Amino acid sequence: MGKILEIENLSLAFGGVHALDEVSLAVEEGSITAVIGPNGAGKTSLFNSVSGFYKPQAGRIVFEGSDITRLKPPRRAALGLARTFQNIALFQGMTVLDNIKLGRHVHMKTGLLAAGFYLGPAQREEMALRAEIERDIIDFLEIDHIRNLPVAVLPYGLRKRVELARALAMRPKLLLLDEPVAGMNREETEDMARFVLDIQQERGATILLVEHDMDVVMDICDHVAVLNFGRVIAAGPPDAVRENPAVIEAYLGVEAAHTGEAASPRHGGPG
Amino acid sequence: MSIGNFKERYQSDEAIWRTPASRVWFGVLLLALAAFPFIGNSYHLFIACLIGINVISATGINILTGYTGLISLGHAAFMGVGAYSVAYLSNHLGLPFYVCLPLGGLLAAAVGLVVGIPSLRIKGLYLALATIAAQFILGFVFNEWESVTGGGRGVSLAPAEIAGLKLSTEFELYYLIVAIMIPMLLFARNLFRTRIGRAFIAVRDRDISAEVMGINLLHYKLMSFALSSFYAGVAGGLMAYFFKVVTPEQFSFGLSIFFLAAVVVGGMGTILGGIVGAIFMTLVPEVLDAIIHAFGPGAIALLSPAREIVFGLLIVGFLIFEPRGLAEIWRRIKRAYELWPFRN
Ligand SMILES: Nc1ncnc2c1ncn2[C@@H]1O[C@H](COP(=O)(O)OP(=O)(O)OP(=O)(O)O)[C@@H](O)[C@H]1O
Ligand SMILES: [Mg+2]
Repeated sequence: MGKILEIENLSLAFGGVHALDEVSLAVEEGSITAVIGPNGAGKTSLFNSVSGFYKPQAGRIVFEGSDITRLKPPRRAALGLARTFQNIALFQGMTVLDNIKLGRHVHMKTGLLAAGFYLGPAQREEMALRAEIERDIIDFLEIDHIRNLPVAVLPYGLRKRVELARALAMRPKLLLLDEPVAGMNREETEDMARFVLDIQQERGATILLVEHDMDVVMDICDHVAVLNFGRVIAAGPPDAVRENPAVIEAYLGVEAAHTGEAASPRHGGPG
Repeated sequence: MSIGNFKERYQSDEAIWRTPASRVWFGVLLLALAAFPFIGNSYHLFIACLIGINVISATGINILTGYTGLISLGHAAFMGVGAYSVAYLSNHLGLPFYVCLPLGGLLAAAVGLVVGIPSLRIKGLYLALATIAAQFILGFVFNEWESVTGGGRGVSLAPAEIAGLKLSTEFELYYLIVAIMIPMLLFARNLFRTRIGRAFIAVRDRDISAEVMGINLLHYKLMSFALSSFYAGVAGGLMAYFFKVVTPEQFSFGLSIFFLAAVVVGGMGTILGGIVGAIFMTLVPEVLDAIIHAFGPGAIALLSPAREIVFGLLIVGFLIFEPRGLAEIWRRIKRAYELWPFRN
């Protein structure tokens, strides 16, 4: 299998802060790849650059062989890049179902007039979408009991799940998950890990995730890259990365100051 | 609780009338609307026509401000564009009303599109200021472009006519207005069952993540401006046929605020909100007037200023006690009676 995503020498700075410093990273098609690193290492900045939210000052992002570095976010979505956000970004004024439906937007065709008159094709498109969401997403993620609720009333764990549902509706080839189990209890974490594995195995999506929960990373990931101060300090299979002295040092440097506990990265807050 | 909450089949909640009861009520409503001119007097009809026009216009600003989250304080100016366009097309090109009205709407939409361009860069209060600027620039054009607008005196136009039948009395115009209002409301309602409406709401709720979800912000912000202005333009065109004269004062800044207030009071981001907001804003001053007159001629001079104050207090009161608008009160009542008369 080839590389679905290649990041080459990506640099991004905010004033004097080098959020990303010559980052290079390749994601194998069909894999689950993790990006880990201490708080503020640049993980979310990397995701934001890949989805087009941030504009890196230097470097290239290549998705399925084509350069997307300058592409607008909606165009990237159309290519099959989907994501969830560390600080959940659902549309508060919509129901769970409408949030999920929104994910399909870019793959739908109905125009203004067809929509307003709710003509045959518009109606068929909406009904087909609904049927597909019911079958492939709502049942799969076990959220049928909340489908008609406004997302604002949902607890945190369910919101994360709805965000995953919305990303799935985007028909992702590459799914970026920013801390999918942060703030979840054991059971919710296990459910989420199972969903992620299923998405990779049954839908053939490639997954790139940021996660502080090392158990999850070690359990489900094929490949791990470690960021520290905007630089990749290690990359490889989970076991090898765990033993890497540079990684232990990076975490020790941070952890010693906070908790004194070695090689057990702190949870990132939902911010 | 109604059985509506235990729907087995999702098809029914994709339908526009989700329960048989709502379909029946819609039929009853249509009948009542059709029968109204035979019951009401000409004053009632006059007010009903105004309400109809205002419902169309309020639905327009609701699409833009309530659903897409872009504040507009220039809505009246787009109505003016529609009204003057209709007058011009009718007077100078002799076009019939069923051509003039949609063209007036389209011209207003084109102007709205241009006014909407800054919305990609600016938001909130700054955008509101840009739309105020549009309001005043267009107001200036209405006043000064005499060859088209007749300047301060305005222009008059011949009544709408269909198949030799003149629509000039309130009775006739009422049917014209209702016949245009209902499809336009249904159009708006349908929109929010599809990807287009969802995109508008996504832009309102979080425009930056909407973009990552595949929504082209420029596209949908401009579409919302154009559509909202189309509604305004058609409403303005109807006003032209209704008053048979178009003057700059009709489309003042005050009217823009009137419509913004209507959707805020009625409930932003719901079709019902635009409807009840327009009814409230049109009807309440009339009702207060009637109350004052009931106190006899002596009271009129004394109480007339109080009318404005009471009206203002009512608006503020609703905002405090039901910030989600009158439509929310209605929804709560409805929930209690959801399937009546089919409840068993
Ligand atoms: N929009 C922004 N403006 C200014 N600085 C930013 C911005 N986004 C990120 N940064 C800075 O870039 C650095 C990397 O932040 P980033 O959010 O990518 O870290 P992270 O690895 O995701 O951390 P965490 O584990 O806490 O989520 C930090 O120093 C942060 O303050
Ligand atoms: Mg982060």
